[in-house]
Amino acid sequence: MVSNNDTLVLGAVAYDPKVVTIWEGFKAYFARHGLKFDFVLYSNYERQVEAHLAGHFHIAWNSPLAWVRAERIARARGQQVEALAMRDTDQNLTSVIVVRDDSSIKTVADLKGKTVAVGAVDSPQATLIPLSHLRARGLVPGVDFEVQNHDVLGGKHGDHIGGEREAARSLMAGRADAACMIDGNLLLFITEGTLPPGATRILAQTDSYDHCNFTVGPSAPRHLVERFHDLLLGMSYEDAEVRPLMDMEGLKEWREGRVEGYRTLERAVDEMEFYDKDGRIAIQNYRY
Amino acid sequence: MTKTGESPYRTIDIENLRFDQGAHLLIKHALTSIAVGERIAVRGRDPELAVHLRGWCRAQGHDFTLPDAQSKTESKTGDAHSTGASPLMAYVTRGGALTGRWRNAERAGLADVTAQGAVLDHPSATWGLAARGATVEAGGPRFLFTLSSKDEIWADGVPRLYAQAAAAQWDPATAINWDEPFELPSEVEAAVVQVMTYLIENENAALLVPAKFLAQLHPHFREVMQLLAIQVADEARHVEVFTRRATLRGGELGLSTVSGQASLKTLLDEPDFTLASFLLSVLGEGTFLNLLWFLEAHAPDPVTRRVAQLAAQDEARHVAFGVGHLQYHISRDPSVRSRLAAAINRRYDALSQTADLNEEVFDALVLLAAGSWQPAAIAEGFAKVQRLKVEMDNGRRARLAKLGFSADEAAALSSLHTRNFM
Repeated sequence: MVSNNDTLVLGAVAYDPKVVTIWEGFKAYFARHGLKFDFVLYSNYERQVEAHLAGHFHIAWNSPLAWVRAERIARARGQQVEALAMRDTDQNLTSVIVVRDDSSIKTVADLKGKTVAVGAVDSPQATLIPLSHLRARGLVPGVDFEVQNHDVLGGKHGDHIGGEREAARSLMAGRADAACMIDGNLLLFITEGTLPPGATRILAQTDSYDHCNFTVGPSAPRHLVERFHDLLLGMSYEDAEVRPLMDMEGLKEWREGRVEGYRTLERAVDEMEFYDKDGRIAIQNYRY
Repeated sequence: MTKTGESPYRTIDIENLRFDQGAHLLIKHALTSIAVGERIAVRGRDPELAVHLRGWCRAQGHDFTLPDAQSKTESKTGDAHSTGASPLMAYVTRGGALTGRWRNAERAGLADVTAQGAVLDHPSATWGLAARGATVEAGGPRFLFTLSSKDEIWADGVPRLYAQAAAAQWDPATAINWDEPFELPSEVEAAVVQVMTYLIENENAALLVPAKFLAQLHPHFREVMQLLAIQVADEARHVEVFTRRATLRGGELGLSTVSGQASLKTLLDEPDFTLASFLLSVLGEGTFLNLLWFLEAHAPDPVTRRVAQLAAQDEARHVAFGVGHLQYHISRDPSVRSRLAAAINRRYDALSQTADLNEEVFDALVLLAAGSWQPAAIAEGFAKVQRLKVEMDNGRRARLAKLGFSADEAAALSSLHTRNFM
């Protein structure tokens, strides 16, 4: 349990070395504005969610999948978690399923019997949501088509985009017939040279969904959470002091949290039997 | 390509252009013409346009909206059909990030050095490596440029000196006729080699001292930075041509003495730019200039005369900048003059226990000027070297007078200058 209630403690996953720089920056920013703030880092979201619900810290910077699990565990215990805030860039994402431009695959149905490259098994954007999209169109993963996983850094829920990039490479190398990725990463992979311009075609685009959020746990002191919320949403991209932090964290403004954008993922989690209804890990051979 | 329709928002038609072909440039360009919160309609023919536009807008902080079904239908059947316009793909509402980034940005002086206020007395550390005259985003990292005060490094004639320096660059391979025939007695050739060895040692110091300060200089003082960079390049060429002359006849280089190196080391050890440039440029290179003119006039072979002539042209500029920026500094802070005097005294004390100008160099200069071992020639060479010392002293006194020292002060300070010439 968190030992004192005058410091707000945040949990975050160290998916990249820059995470330390980001949260040290936030810590300094909050300190300048009178909020005592500290953070603890976890190597994966599963342990973070468990520690969060065990009261080891107050607020989690959660992946969408971690949010789904936290919400299920809390509900099973008769508790509540709250999606407090999110980045503007966490809202209204879509994923795309792309094929090579010269491919004979013209419709989703043509993927039957083919190989689809996805990201890490726990990536909402590059695995769970795109596979759910195909399932909704009559193609059962692993039955109607082969799923080719690219497990990079399990437990980090695809935050490390290496898995998506590997899927894209697999597509271009001819090892897969299609690949799944966030819409923005498709353009990134083209501009960085992973995918040659004009060499791919978008076969399908998923419904829009939301990504990360600050999840408030049951033990969080309300007055600190409110101060945290106000300072966070008070950050302005015009402020040279915080702009580098916002650039590093990839946002232009913080927005109020919302949970409607997680419905698509919740459905995918159930279909894949990733977590059970009470938030227990159900999927086999998940390494993190 | 871009046109404004009757709708209250601007419409941009990017035709077949794709995002992997630079479509974002046209979108961005259109967005700069509207206010934050206003929107544009984007038409295009790439079937993947909306997917990429959505991701791009998210990353850039603009709102992205798909047209409703009715707008799409109208777009295909109505106006678009009759005008040949591309289908309506999306609306983009301009976010505030583009302008937000430049809030509190500063213009870092002005590029034109002659404009009023172009060069600031104390440029901001956060302007860093930005071009003078650029608009610099607020919140950048602070650069530790220890030479960031105009008083300390500027000179009124700097732009002119830089232009002269850039125009006067010469190529060692072609500016000197290395094959020009000459024959020297072996002892005279050895004397030339000894003098060249000594010159190289001095030029190494003259290269490293400005190079050290160049790395500490705020780039806002662009012309000074450029001038020092050329000065370093000048010395690099001098090291080359003196080495090439020394080895022209296939011999080994000459001697390097403790006293010579001790004298030069005091220049490298001086941490203060003003004092270092006073000791090096005004006194050292000034004295060196007399030596190069001496070699140009009295060297026994045409190649040595030519390399000395070319080096002297460059050194004269170095001296001019040294004197110029010290004049500038003194005009703003007269107390600098007493610091300069103290620096000469300190250096004199530091070197008082070392030997005089090394005998090998002095004798080599005499023999070089004599051109032979004949007693009359030696006497003449000796007299020339004595005159050289007087000229060096006169030159130092004249430059000290330019810095505002009285004749008596200049004479006293000049007499304390290192006997090693530089």
